[in-house]
Amino acid sequence: MREIQAQTITEAVKNLCIEACYHLPNDVYEAFYHLKETEQSDSAKYILDDLIKNADIARQGEFPICQDTGMAVLFVEIGQDVHINGSLEEALFEGVRQGYTEGYLRKSVVAEPLFERINTKDNTPAFIHYSIAPGDTVKIRMAPKGAGSENKSILKMLVPADGIEGVKNVVLEAVKNAGPNSCPPMVIGVGLGGTMEICAKNAKKACMRDINTENPDKRYAKLEKELLALVNKTGIGAQGFGGTSTAIRVHIEWSPTHIACLPVAVNINCHAARHAEIIL
Amino acid sequence: MNRQKIHITAPFSPETVQKLRAGDRVLITGTILTARDAAHKRLIESLEKGEKLPLNLENAVIYYTGPTPARPNLPIGSAGPTTSGRMDKYTPALIEQCHISGMIGKGYRNKEVIDSIKKYAVPYLVTLGGAGALIAKSIKKYTVLAYGDLGAEAIAAMEVEDFPAIVAIDIHGNNFYEQGQAPYQKI
Repeated sequence: MREIQAQTITEAVKNLCIEACYHLPNDVYEAFYHLKETEQSDSAKYILDDLIKNADIARQGEFPICQDTGMAVLFVEIGQDVHINGSLEEALFEGVRQGYTEGYLRKSVVAEPLFERINTKDNTPAFIHYSIAPGDTVKIRMAPKGAGSENKSILKMLVPADGIEGVKNVVLEAVKNAGPNSCPPMVIGVGLGGTMEICAKNAKKACMRDINTENPDKRYAKLEKELLALVNKTGIGAQGFGGTSTAIRVHIEWSPTHIACLPVAVNINCHAARHAEIIL
Repeated sequence: MNRQKIHITAPFSPETVQKLRAGDRVLITGTILTARDAAHKRLIESLEKGEKLPLNLENAVIYYTGPTPARPNLPIGSAGPTTSGRMDKYTPALIEQCHISGMIGKGYRNKEVIDSIKKYAVPYLVTLGGAGALIAKSIKKYTVLAYGDLGAEAIAAMEVEDFPAIVAIDIHGNNFYEQGQAPYQKI
């Protein structure tokens, strides 16, 4: 059994928060250049140039990519041969606390959703998805999630007869409803199958996936491409000013489901599709 | 979107407001005021109760933003726009009762806001969502004026130089989102 100190986890999460908010991942950065090659609208090309400039300024480490440094979403995969010395959850929270404070990131979390909505002032709690895997490592993927895009998520419990057309309609509805508010060009995460909550989690996982990946199942990889072509026909374009770059990618993650169910969830990420990962 | 960028000053003069057209790219120099969800809610609650507001909003250009904290020796952190639609419920009252001269944010507005934009000649501009680092470079000073307890959501005066924006809805109701998207809309 391998031992990992809670302090090591805190330090790692702190660094991930700062890295994710200042350093646009290379896969996203390169995607802006690729979009410029195919984009037909001049307005959209100006916008893409500005997004590249923005990422360059942010990488210098003084100004985060976006002022909405988000809720701290963490996917934590724990090897079953690992023992954490200390409280894992407290270590993760402390990492977020330190990262958002020392990194001059905005604290955007309120303690409860409806009544007083008091800011917790350190961006905790983090929103954590744990999983157990074989091996003796801990993998932490940190993705700050802003509200402009998160607010445009949808979940529909379709029935099997709705089929592929039904799925396409839900994705299209979400994208049209999001429009400029989700800061296109967006990364669209589509969750399919499972129960209601597993479906939503699939959508979140999908929109945090690396840009240059596709679903390992060829049928779903093909559907990802079809959905991308479809949403890019909406004309919304970069920042909603019109064009062919409404989305950078559509990613699908799926799970088995009930004989009577076809849940579809859509979680959208803005063009600042921030993510950072470490394996301890 | 027009290639040429127009230099304008804030607060907006009646002449500026008259000449701006949807799709114009502008560079704003002057003073704008930040206010987003929580500040709007408080302002409107005060108006409804007939209380005196903590500051005079006459002619103010309101920018919907909640910046990241400033590093030492810098005036501000990242400071891009937030979604304007969340302010729609409060905006007509700010336009009609407080006489603001313009708004800056991102995204669509509802019919009530567009009606107020036309009736009271208050243009709606947008700036680049998710480009808060680039935008921060044009902000020279940030001074909290009211609701300091709201932190990033406080009302603050921002002194800006060549702050980049695009006219989204002009005072005639021309809408750059509609105009821009129409040629590319295939479904």
